[in-house]
Amino acid sequence: MSGKGGTGKTTVAAALALALAEEGKRTLLVEVEGRQGIAQLFETQALPYEERKIAVAPGGGEVFALAIDPELALLDYLQMFYKLGSAGRALRKLGAIDFATTIAPGVRDVLLTGKACEAVRRKDRGGRFVYDYVVMDAPPTGRITRFLNVNDEVAGLAKIGPIHNQAQAVMRVLKSPETAVHLVTLLEEMPVQETADGIAELRAAGLPVGRVIVNMVRPQVLDAADLDLVGSVPRSAVARTLSSAGLGGARRGGHAERLVGPLLAQAEEYAERYALETEQRAVLAELGVPLHELPLLAEGMDLAGLYALARTLRGQGVS
Amino acid sequence: MSRRPEPAQDRDPVREHLSPGRALEIDPLIENPDTRIVVCCGSGGVGKTTTAAALGLRAAERGRKVVVLTIDPARRLAQSMGIDSLDNTPRRVKGIDDSAGGELHAMMLDMKRTFDEIVEAHADPERAAAILGNPFYQSLSAGFAGTQEYMAMEKLGQLRSRDEWDLIVVDTPPSRSALDFLDAPKRLGSFLDGKLIRVLLAPAKMGGRAGMKFLNVGMSMMTGALGKVLGGQLLRDVQTFVAAMDSMFGGFRTRADATYKLLQAPGTAFLVVAAPERDALREAAYFVERLAAEDMPLAGLVLNRVHGSGAVRLSAERALAAAENLEDARIVDQPDGKAGLRNSPDTYGSSESSARNVTDGGSPATEDAEGAAPEDEPTDHTTPDGERSVERLTAGLLRLHAERMQLLERERRTRDRFTALHPEVAMTEVAALPGDVHDLAGLRAIGERLAAGGTELPGTA
Repeated sequence: MSGKGGTGKTTVAAALALALAEEGKRTLLVEVEGRQGIAQLFETQALPYEERKIAVAPGGGEVFALAIDPELALLDYLQMFYKLGSAGRALRKLGAIDFATTIAPGVRDVLLTGKACEAVRRKDRGGRFVYDYVVMDAPPTGRITRFLNVNDEVAGLAKIGPIHNQAQAVMRVLKSPETAVHLVTLLEEMPVQETADGIAELRAAGLPVGRVIVNMVRPQVLDAADLDLVGSVPRSAVARTLSSAGLGGARRGGHAERLVGPLLAQAEEYAERYALETEQRAVLAELGVPLHELPLLAEGMDLAGLYALARTLRGQGVS
Repeated sequence: MSRRPEPAQDRDPVREHLSPGRALEIDPLIENPDTRIVVCCGSGGVGKTTTAAALGLRAAERGRKVVVLTIDPARRLAQSMGIDSLDNTPRRVKGIDDSAGGELHAMMLDMKRTFDEIVEAHADPERAAAILGNPFYQSLSAGFAGTQEYMAMEKLGQLRSRDEWDLIVVDTPPSRSALDFLDAPKRLGSFLDGKLIRVLLAPAKMGGRAGMKFLNVGMSMMTGALGKVLGGQLLRDVQTFVAAMDSMFGGFRTRADATYKLLQAPGTAFLVVAAPERDALREAAYFVERLAAEDMPLAGLVLNRVHGSGAVRLSAERALAAAENLEDARIVDQPDGKAGLRNSPDTYGSSESSARNVTDGGSPATEDAEGAAPEDEPTDHTTPDGERSVERLTAGLLRLHAERMQLLERERRTRDRFTALHPEVAMTEVAALPGDVHDLAGLRAIGERLAAGGTELPGTA
């Protein structure tokens, strides 16, 4: 799950994880940017570097969450392959871990995607996948292709060695039909443009593009016919109607009359936005990707809202 | 919006704000010749770049010679300033009002080019070619964590040392965390001439130095381990790169430090940009605290996209009640055709509960229950044509207003939470525009709102 900054991709990722967890399924929600957005959303304490259950979905499904810390992931990895033990801590002291995860090209991203792919492939003793779905709250649209494709980049750079092998394995999972990169957008020019660019980049890199989810869609209050009328309606008629609804005098200077100007001004702003949104919807429709819309939650985002969004996603057949 | 003076008890409660905090006055800040650098920072998607461009334009039209350094501008915003070509040099922006003697230049950062230029400027041609051709350098400069932030600061240092401009307005990169741009230069700087690199480069040198014994002991193990993880070839690329860059390390560190000090200097002003939303303001608060911890001079907070209304005295509840009233009345009065609700403020609650919610996209089920869609024009001969559609529109206007008032209230609560935590932070509010900004006139309008938001508030958005 990716999207331009500020479009609510963490929220949508969480809602999707909840939606997918219905009917007894088990999903893992993965955070890679160290912002603890998931913990805030689910109103729990900061997530440690371990998988823990954070929510139960209707129908008995479970949502687990994991905040991947690249440093710890690297130590994990070293431990697994080289049994480094305390030498790992020495490396950390030296700044080598910092070096490897922050500066060394792509290593950080390989570790992050690698950890997520490991969760995707993990099976329990019975040979059943531990998680039915893994949802990653990924970096923003502008960086997503590089982030996911960095395995290719590393594969080119580190031509041999375990990081190389790891990168190859991760790439196979990411490019398989089991993966879909969903993009979150708003009905605004820049996010839509970025979504279009992002889809083009993902396709060029051979990464599977999933769906586009338009977030925070505002309810339609006035329709096209109303908006036509806004430009031509006599102010006195609106004033009289307001007055008839109990909002004061319609005469000049009366309470109702004084409301007309501001109310019509708000309607004109609405009209302008309506036109922009219609334009952006048309741009999105041309992308050739399934579109979904999530409503703006008037009361702001909270846990109840999250469950509501999950229901909406489910209702729209996202799975 | 001309609003007549109102008695004190009638002052709108929603706009009655900024009371605990201080007002941020933009004009004195950008007009002051001592202000040489303005840094706009904040989380992604809050209008940082637009704010930076609007500030630059306003300062230029008030007589200053300004350069705006943008990192990743929206295409149309860049076009509006004539910098859609990404060539890493400031271009003069045409079409501004230069009657006060000011100039506006703008540029878009090309981080790879900036890095290349540093290499070319500080190494002889042969060595520069070796560095530029090194695969490790190519990945590093093409944009891994921190490079963009570092190059933005590097470019800022360059622009400042050219001393061609009175004022530099900087937009900060869209970081995963708004704080990266403070950390990244240090991180890259300390990587490029840090002890780890030294270890990789010339292990023998470290032997004699006190306290470095540990390094010596751990070194071979460590390079071995790194080699295992990264692959020997990558490590060799890094080592070649580091060897070639050796002469430049001192320079990197020195410049990173100099830029950092420049940011702390009195001629610099930080503006934290946010939107009146919970997450954006939470990041802003974090940023304010961090700037204070780093001794960076914070001028104040720009709160973008704040909504207003010209009719704040009409509450959301009353507007909704009136809208329902109009909609209900329409249905009730249908049989005798005449919309008999004129002068009948007491129609409240007189209708059946199955009121059709026209404007809220009422469910089809409700519509079916209504039977012969009562608003169907052809079946209605007695109602004057425009009458009902005006009612319908008016109900819509009232619902729109209710929505606006709820938004205002939410924004106020969010802002008040911030002001309660940081009463010392001066604030200016910029009223929301319905569309995107993509020309100089739009930027000018934002500039006006920026300047007015700290002192006097516009009556409407």
